[in-house]
Amino acid sequence: MRDPRADFPILGEPVHGRRLVYLDSAATTQKPRQVIEAVADYYRRLNANVHRGAYDLAVRATEAYEDARAAVAAFVGAPDPRGVVFVRGTTEALNLAASSLGRLKVRAGDGIVVTAMEHHSNLIPWQLLAQERAARLEMVELTPQGELDVDGYRRALERRPKIVAFTHVSNVLGTINPVAELARLAHEAGAVVVVDGAQAVPHLAVNVAELGADLYAFSGHKMLGPMGVGVLVGTPELLDAMPPYHGGGEMIRTVQDTTATYAPIPHKFEAGTPNVAGAVGLKAAIAYLGALGMAEVAAHERALTGYARERLAAIEGLRLYGPEERAGVVSFTLADIHPHDLATIVDSEGVAIRAGHHCAQPLMRRLDVPATARASFYVYNTREDVDALAGALEKARALFGYARA
Amino acid sequence: MPEAEGDGLAELYQELILDHYRRPRNQGSLEAHTSRVALANPTCGDELELDLLLEGGTIRDVRFSGHGCSISQASASMMTQLIKGKTLDEARRLAARFSEMMRGSADAAHDRALGEARALAGVARFPVRVKCALLGWSALEESTRDHP
Repeated sequence: MRDPRADFPILGEPVHGRRLVYLDSAATTQKPRQVIEAVADYYRRLNANVHRGAYDLAVRATEAYEDARAAVAAFVGAPDPRGVVFVRGTTEALNLAASSLGRLKVRAGDGIVVTAMEHHSNLIPWQLLAQERAARLEMVELTPQGELDVDGYRRALERRPKIVAFTHVSNVLGTINPVAELARLAHEAGAVVVVDGAQAVPHLAVNVAELGADLYAFSGHKMLGPMGVGVLVGTPELLDAMPPYHGGGEMIRTVQDTTATYAPIPHKFEAGTPNVAGAVGLKAAIAYLGALGMAEVAAHERALTGYARERLAAIEGLRLYGPEERAGVVSFTLADIHPHDLATIVDSEGVAIRAGHHCAQPLMRRLDVPATARASFYVYNTREDVDALAGALEKARALFGYARA
Repeated sequence: MPEAEGDGLAELYQELILDHYRRPRNQGSLEAHTSRVALANPTCGDELELDLLLEGGTIRDVRFSGHGCSISQASASMMTQLIKGKTLDEARRLAARFSEMMRGSADAAHDRALGEARALAGVARFPVRVKCALLGWSALEESTRDHP
């Protein structure tokens, strides 16, 4: 992969007088000039409200928006751009899925299956749905290595749930779930498959058709794109059958006093003025990642994560969580130093990591820790960044009175 | 490490604070208590439970339990030392004084009434950590809110 660092202006911004070592891309990624400029250029040259203007500018804004939709479809292997719904982010995509699919499929006593490694955004919407519909929510456990217990998953499917929702890649452990196999098993049991792809699409070549996910959610801002734009990809047949989520302008066909008919997909799910600049920025991010090559991106992260695990494991008292084979996320604890203290100390060296429960409290309980520290990698990270983290962690050890190894 | 001097970390993680973190005073729970308040910091997951035994407006005994970063745990530990045996009015004055110190007041940071808690003065330089230092004091405030 070519070195893309020069494209990221923020990496030149010093932190505490030091070089920024940004290791929190699982939370949000930094943006290359190409994305920043695409957003600015949209507002500079193209801005108009989409889909209802007869004038040229509105036509061109609409084209830009729909071009972005086509780019997203091509990037994730969706056969039909009508299956690409723009939303605010993964959280909204999953809430849409739970709310709409719930009304379509779930009755009292029906089953919904999730896993113990879900981000709260792929858990709470299903909890809310289960409470509202008096449905049965079941959580599949993990193996001690932090992988999904596939036998437990099969047992959960024997009770023939209506919906199965799981993450493609864990935001804490980096575990990569075998989505195609899990989806096949769920379909054999008659369930609809909803996948949280927030940590997958930025890092792996994803093809939703090959994976067999019925609904697949991800965020723009975790893949070099702007904040406030995300995607729910679905099969057109399923999206057609699903009732609308938000009501409002843009999503209707005709409106009577007490009833309405709805626009065809995807617009049925896009009430209100969409984030056109966000979609345009996401298209630029996709073009940027496409030029780097997703296979190269994945290989770069794999190499860096392997190096990080090796460097960190050499630090006395450091404990790594999660399986050997993983995406570019490393969760760890260090002796009796609380993760928040670690984050404060490494920040003084310009190193940005996250500390806490990572919006995955059920997983934290299973790991039997209240919090972990997490470093996550992306295209702009280097071995020097990992070295800076390791050095900063040694500083934390020294401050807490541990001798140098 | 020499660079720790200028960045405030050596002060933040001084021995007294680490000692309270590793050997918290008044840790546990009180079977006989007049109030029990559990507080959590949802952004970071720190949790703290504070038991008070009040008798005639005086804090006869106090215990705390929970988990969290060194700052939240050390601060709660130091607080329990300070307020044990004090009247509610005295405890409230200490809480106000501690808050002032967290807002950077040098005067409060030199107030001997704050005892060992003065070691936490350096937290004021780390705005995101101030809420950690205040967790125990917030539990105290909630515990005593309904008392005259």
